[in-house]
Amino acid sequence: MRGRNPEIARGVDWAVIAIYLMLVSIGVMSIFAATYRDESILQGFLSLKTDYSKQALFFVISMVLGVFILLIDSKLFTATANLSYVAGILLLLLVFPFHTEVKGTKSIIRFGTFQLQPAELCKIFVNLALAKYLSQLETDFHRLKDQLIASALVLLPAILAIFQSETGLALVYFSFFLVMYREGLPSVVLVVGISLMVLVIATLLLDPNLLAGILTALALAAIYLFRKSFRRNRGLLFIIIGCWVVSVGIQRFAVPILFEKVLKPYQVQRIYATVGRDFVVDPETMTEEDIRKMEDRKKATTYNVKQSKIAIGSGGFLGKGLMKGTQTRYDFVPEQRTDFIFCTVGEGFGFIGSAVLLMLYLLLLMRIVQIAERQRSTFSRCYAYGVASVIFSHVLINIGMTVGLVPVIGIPLPFMSYGGTALLTFTVLLAILVRLDADRLMNLR
Amino acid sequence: MPLYHQSRQTVIQGIFLVVFVILIIRLFVLQILSPQYQMQAMDNAVYRSIVYPDRGIIFDRKGKPILENTLTRELMILPNQLRGVDTAGLLAILGIDTAEFRQRLVAAIVKNGRYRPTVFEPSLTIEKFVKLQESMFRFEPGFFLQERPIRTYPYRAAAHILGYIGEVDSTILRRTNFFYQMGDYMGLSGLERYYEPVLMGQRGVSYQLKDNRNRIVGAFENGKYDTAAKAGRNLRTYLDMEIQVMAERFFANKLGAVVAIEPSTGGIIAMASGPTYDPNQLTGPQRRRNFSWMLSDTARPLFNRAIKGQYPPGSTVKPMGALIALDQGVISPEYGYGCGGAYVACGRPIRCSHAGGGHAANLRNALANSCNSYFCHIYRMSVDKGQFGGVANGYVRWQQYANSFGMGVRLGLDLPSEDKGFIADTGFYNRMYRGVWNSCNNVFLGIGQGEMTATPLQMANLMCIIANKGFFYTPHFVEHIDGRGIEDTILQRFGRKHEVTRISRDAYEAVQLGMQDVVDHGTAWVARIDGITMAAKTGTAENYGIINGKREKLEDHSWFVCFAPRENPKIAVAVVVENAGFGATWAGPIASLIVEKYLNDTLRTHRLKEVERIASKEIILPVIRQKRQRLDSIRRARAEALERSVTGNRDGRATDLSTGRVKVPPAPGIVHDVSKHAGRPAQGGGPVPTEGHRLHKVAIIRKDEGTKS
Repeated sequence: MRGRNPEIARGVDWAVIAIYLMLVSIGVMSIFAATYRDESILQGFLSLKTDYSKQALFFVISMVLGVFILLIDSKLFTATANLSYVAGILLLLLVFPFHTEVKGTKSIIRFGTFQLQPAELCKIFVNLALAKYLSQLETDFHRLKDQLIASALVLLPAILAIFQSETGLALVYFSFFLVMYREGLPSVVLVVGISLMVLVIATLLLDPNLLAGILTALALAAIYLFRKSFRRNRGLLFIIIGCWVVSVGIQRFAVPILFEKVLKPYQVQRIYATVGRDFVVDPETMTEEDIRKMEDRKKATTYNVKQSKIAIGSGGFLGKGLMKGTQTRYDFVPEQRTDFIFCTVGEGFGFIGSAVLLMLYLLLLMRIVQIAERQRSTFSRCYAYGVASVIFSHVLINIGMTVGLVPVIGIPLPFMSYGGTALLTFTVLLAILVRLDADRLMNLR
Repeated sequence: MPLYHQSRQTVIQGIFLVVFVILIIRLFVLQILSPQYQMQAMDNAVYRSIVYPDRGIIFDRKGKPILENTLTRELMILPNQLRGVDTAGLLAILGIDTAEFRQRLVAAIVKNGRYRPTVFEPSLTIEKFVKLQESMFRFEPGFFLQERPIRTYPYRAAAHILGYIGEVDSTILRRTNFFYQMGDYMGLSGLERYYEPVLMGQRGVSYQLKDNRNRIVGAFENGKYDTAAKAGRNLRTYLDMEIQVMAERFFANKLGAVVAIEPSTGGIIAMASGPTYDPNQLTGPQRRRNFSWMLSDTARPLFNRAIKGQYPPGSTVKPMGALIALDQGVISPEYGYGCGGAYVACGRPIRCSHAGGGHAANLRNALANSCNSYFCHIYRMSVDKGQFGGVANGYVRWQQYANSFGMGVRLGLDLPSEDKGFIADTGFYNRMYRGVWNSCNNVFLGIGQGEMTATPLQMANLMCIIANKGFFYTPHFVEHIDGRGIEDTILQRFGRKHEVTRISRDAYEAVQLGMQDVVDHGTAWVARIDGITMAAKTGTAENYGIINGKREKLEDHSWFVCFAPRENPKIAVAVVVENAGFGATWAGPIASLIVEKYLNDTLRTHRLKEVERIASKEIILPVIRQKRQRLDSIRRARAEALERSVTGNRDGRATDLSTGRVKVPPAPGIVHDVSKHAGRPAQGGGPVPTEGHRLHKVAIIRKDEGTKS
């Protein structure tokens, strides 16, 4: 009934809503394909006991909630942004005394049958608060102080999430740096960040001496290329030499120290497994419990990724067809409905289906960036970039994990994975964006 | 700074694009460039199960099945999966108590370990099986039911012929290039082995979908790729089970063998080796124990003496000597020899059972009276014949004759591991006599002693040649195979006629008449059957064994070979009874009864008594019997101990079973004689060392020397 209200419909971006509806539908269908057994379909949906019927119910609830959000005045979001952030952090802190441990994560509070994961929910609040801070008139994002405050806003929940064993969600909070980059964070930060990632991965993959050789060769090549500039610009030579020293230092000392002293053995092992290397156990530095824990995890994670790759790989070009996937139908892939839902699409619809799904996500992200850039208010723009960053990091980590490019990190695929909290969170994120976009001519602060 | 922001927007969009391109490339690699994932998915989710066809049945000549396929139902235990099993319920159904349950569990773990299934209760009755099946969910996965096809033998006979089936071992797996798989059964001996490709049928394959816990969830692609199993093909044999059963009765308590062949086809009517055993003993749960018991039996029931027993043929070989001499033209049927009771031409006299009276006035008489002098003489005439220029060349010719009669060569019947007997070659004599020897040195060959042994099969085949007047078909069991298949070439070689040199029919006629006289008024009169003209030859073969380190002369082997009716031969028989004395005493009556039963299809009443008399007579050397009895008592003790353990004896004695083996003290017995002649194969009734026989050092080597007829 409310859908006909011209107040709601005006200015709404139908493209985003269409992609959203498509993705959630594909998600429900995939969960159905993975978990449907021989029961009557109608009964299965009506009973609300099957996973796919529950997800369908969450879909309905999400849409109602979405419509409800579209009815809210946009000013409410700016007004409550800081408050909600504080509330979110408080919720995150409440987790420590009141959490219930479920499948190795310590991030869930349980009220009866209802489970709440504040770290998941908090993404909305952090996004709002960051947008609010960046859009304040007194904020000059070219100042280091403001950059540090913005980073702290993002890093606080990330650190709390790490303490709750939710590495995946912590990584998602890091994606807010994309928003800060858009708002003027120096490119150097991004370049250095990406370079560091490349260097660390290269350190894991390559022989230390070979890598040192390559780095030296690169440095010498740079010096040779810029040899004529040195006379005019003395500093360039020092920058190149400095880069070389830092790089070699990182690959020679920092990474080994990080892996041996800072990270837990099972974490190291997981990272090694992703790049396809065996982690050699050093019995002297590890306790027996560590070794056992690592062995258990190794079995589980390598099995998960192997099964996931088999499922996706066996899909071939056209896929086996809906419900015909032998791997996803018969529980070979663990966490089939939740974190590994992409396998169902990969096996059932093959390369074509997977590529189309990825295209939908890319289209959504591009559309959100487009929406962001047409906002009059900085708040809305920052918020939109935040939504894009969150969705992007989720898709990257989740699909990267299922195809074996990223370590196994439990994190849902936006709109598709089974789970009420995740679906509601993403729906709310997107609904607020659509609501803000409808008021794109307003100047919100 | 719109340009500035414009570029940042582009950078962010670029990052998105690059990451998605990387993901799509990765998907391309996984889904299109890596076909191995499809294989792995199949391995994961598709269960390939072999559907075993029924093995072919073997029928006798009257169309009665000699063996059948039946299912045995077993309760299996998987010791590492016992948690949560309703043991009390299981005990109630099986009717055993906890103490016995524990003992059986321990026994199972000792036998196969914790992770492999072991038979917990074999041969379940139908009632128990049904009860267990109903409530199996309470006992899984620690227990499960299993049906296994086994062979049963309604006649309890023909064990040596049929052989047995057993699980393939790793050697067979490798040799067959993994055509068989672990756990498959295949024929391991006898006809089961020889006709394995025919009997086994064609295995079917069925593809089924399974889930992550290996539970079958349905057919794969609706069975599109399944292939059906094709049942094994049946064998129709020449065997006459009534004859076979009777023959085995005779040899239940004797050592020796009988072979009966249909001369016109080479089809084997009966083949028994004494002592016999019930083939049902080598199926089912007791198979292993029974097998090892039989292996350790001094009388060696597993040894098929009909094709592997090597005996000096004695006088039964005389017709062959006569045929050779006739063919070489050194004698005519009218040729006579003045025997004065011994052959003295070679120094030490060779005794003859007759003296004077013209008992060797012609070939016919000499055969009928089995004159040793006559056959020694014609043997020497054969090898010393002038045109050969020396005994060595003459002997080579004689040996060729013997080989063409099937002596000293493998006949190639359709059973594995036939032995070829022994006919010495000139090289053998050169070594034995350092190059200087003459026809006197091996004159015993003329009367079937000396450097010569033959299997009962070879002697029966020799009778076929004489009955057929100069040809034979390779002896074989299988007449035809039901259905059609590429394996049919397996039977082709049995249809080929083997002509034996160019000996004239007249020569055969003369020999046949002589052999008829043997029955009518010669040494084999006991074998006479009213209304049937039989041609026969008795043999009484001297043999030696080494008992407790001393070479001793043993009781003579009793030989009898015959065919009947003489004019139109339908059956040729060779019988040897070890250490039973004169050929006419035991071997003759046995052959006679077999011929009568086969030709008349029945026995007259007074002859039935004869059957009982022979069947109940035990003829086993005392030294072998002692050893046997000792082993028997040990077995009884073990069986009782087992009985105690099964019925739940709680005094602890039963545990001796699994740990303490009853030690068998070495009995005074017969030790293996290492033949004094280098390179000489084992002779006489001696064993060919097989795996089983290595287990104990008791065996007999019989040496054949001296003369007697």
